[in-house]
Amino acid sequence: MRRVAIVGVGHTDFMFDSPKTEVEMFAEAAMDAINESNLKPKDIQAINCGNGLGDFSEGQIMMQSYIADDLGCFNVPATRFEGACASATIGIRDAAMWVASGYYDIVLAGGTEKATAMGTPLATRTFAMGHDSRYESPAGMTFPGFFGMLAHLYSSRYNISLEKLKEQMAMVSVQSHEYGVRNPHAQFKKEISVEKVLSGFMVASPLQLLDCCPFSDGAAAVVVASEEVAKKLTNKPVYIVGTGQASSGKMSAQYKYLPRIRAREVSVKQAYDMAGLGPEDIDVCELHDCFSIASIIAAEGLGLAEYGKAGDLWEKGEMRIGGKIPINISGGLKSKGHPIGATGASQTYEIVKQLRGELVDQGRQVDGARVGLVDTLGGDGIICNLILKAD
Amino acid sequence: MEYKLTFREYNKSLKTDKLLGLKCNNCHTITCPPKMTCQECASTDLEVTELSGEGKIVTYTVIYVAPEGRENETPYAVVLVELKEGPWIMGNLIDIDPARVGMELIGRQVKLGHKVFPGDKYSDGDAARPLFSFAD
Repeated sequence: MRRVAIVGVGHTDFMFDSPKTEVEMFAEAAMDAINESNLKPKDIQAINCGNGLGDFSEGQIMMQSYIADDLGCFNVPATRFEGACASATIGIRDAAMWVASGYYDIVLAGGTEKATAMGTPLATRTFAMGHDSRYESPAGMTFPGFFGMLAHLYSSRYNISLEKLKEQMAMVSVQSHEYGVRNPHAQFKKEISVEKVLSGFMVASPLQLLDCCPFSDGAAAVVVASEEVAKKLTNKPVYIVGTGQASSGKMSAQYKYLPRIRAREVSVKQAYDMAGLGPEDIDVCELHDCFSIASIIAAEGLGLAEYGKAGDLWEKGEMRIGGKIPINISGGLKSKGHPIGATGASQTYEIVKQLRGELVDQGRQVDGARVGLVDTLGGDGIICNLILKAD
Repeated sequence: MEYKLTFREYNKSLKTDKLLGLKCNNCHTITCPPKMTCQECASTDLEVTELSGEGKIVTYTVIYVAPEGRENETPYAVVLVELKEGPWIMGNLIDIDPARVGMELIGRQVKLGHKVFPGDKYSDGDAARPLFSFAD
């Protein structure tokens, strides 16, 4: 297998009610990535496009084909990757595998989503399609409901009072907003307080409004190339040194293992093993904080905190710049926004920027970051991880 | 290979308050809701068995923001129940004021009933959902 690098990245603003279509948003992010790579559309050999719910938000399937055409990447194979919120990450992982295999030299991968076009009731309904539609959705399950149940289970399993856990969860959201303020692409550029989180309306107990990421529109994209090609195109290649992906059964089928997500542990181990690295080697991490409790559960599953202890680390500031392991310095899904099909590409964009050292001006550069970890969760159990490394 | 217990058969039975699962002849694990294989050892040597419908609540949430078409049900409680026979299943909890329940629910003994979700335009028909009430 050949070494593979990311040679260019692009990212639209994340927002509510975008004036652009899903094709337009993807193409804007993608053209920035192509230009940054010093390439032309004709150089792209294949396109992997993450998208979750375009069928419902715009009545559009097979948008990847129109994206290729809009970009001027005429007639290249274009494939949609659907893994709910992990759609773009699995598209990037597959792009890396195609290039590593030698079949392609240059692949464009990313994602796009226009969730806010659906409005909250339909968006809540379609996001809930990421549960088992026959055995679990009939009970009225929603995405916040899934993580609400995990929060109560976490409190009971690790014997942490719900009051204490909720305070720690609130601190996760507060930290995300603090960094989101400095991210020009973020949907919310506004600081919040623990008191404000704890006084928001209840969405699915114990999760209140500011424990939850928003519905968002946006796109992000990266160009993946072989090492040989990468060295000709850029003096700042960021290598994809480890990848992992794993799947899960419905929530009830994950039973005894919960609130841990076994798929995350399987996936990240693949990525660590492939990279020859471990959690102690990670300098910066973007993890899937769709809900405040999701950050705590993810940090533990990735090996960045002991089980039952991640909340303490957020409380002590160990997940900030200057702490033990800086997490979601982009603002995370919570503050940056969560256009589901684009999220994994957005996380990858952020880690690439960190590893290139390009966030100094934004006041959120992790000094000397060399190795970064991407963690994305789709539905109730598709996990994909990427480990990126600066040369 | 055909399923030993399909969704359609499981659903038909749940509508009469009978909870069906699959007993593994290899490792004796009970799988419920049904799958093609045993949820522990992946064996296909399974037989259909009727479960007690009794168990305890392991976690819960009360939902205030509902999917489209379910808004008039809010707030409602969703629970995961560990059945006496081992598996966990998801359902709703009744005979409570959903706005007033808390962590004291975890560990409470419950028994199974059902209610039919009539379905919506995306659901391929109706589906019975477990409806739990306190047994202790």
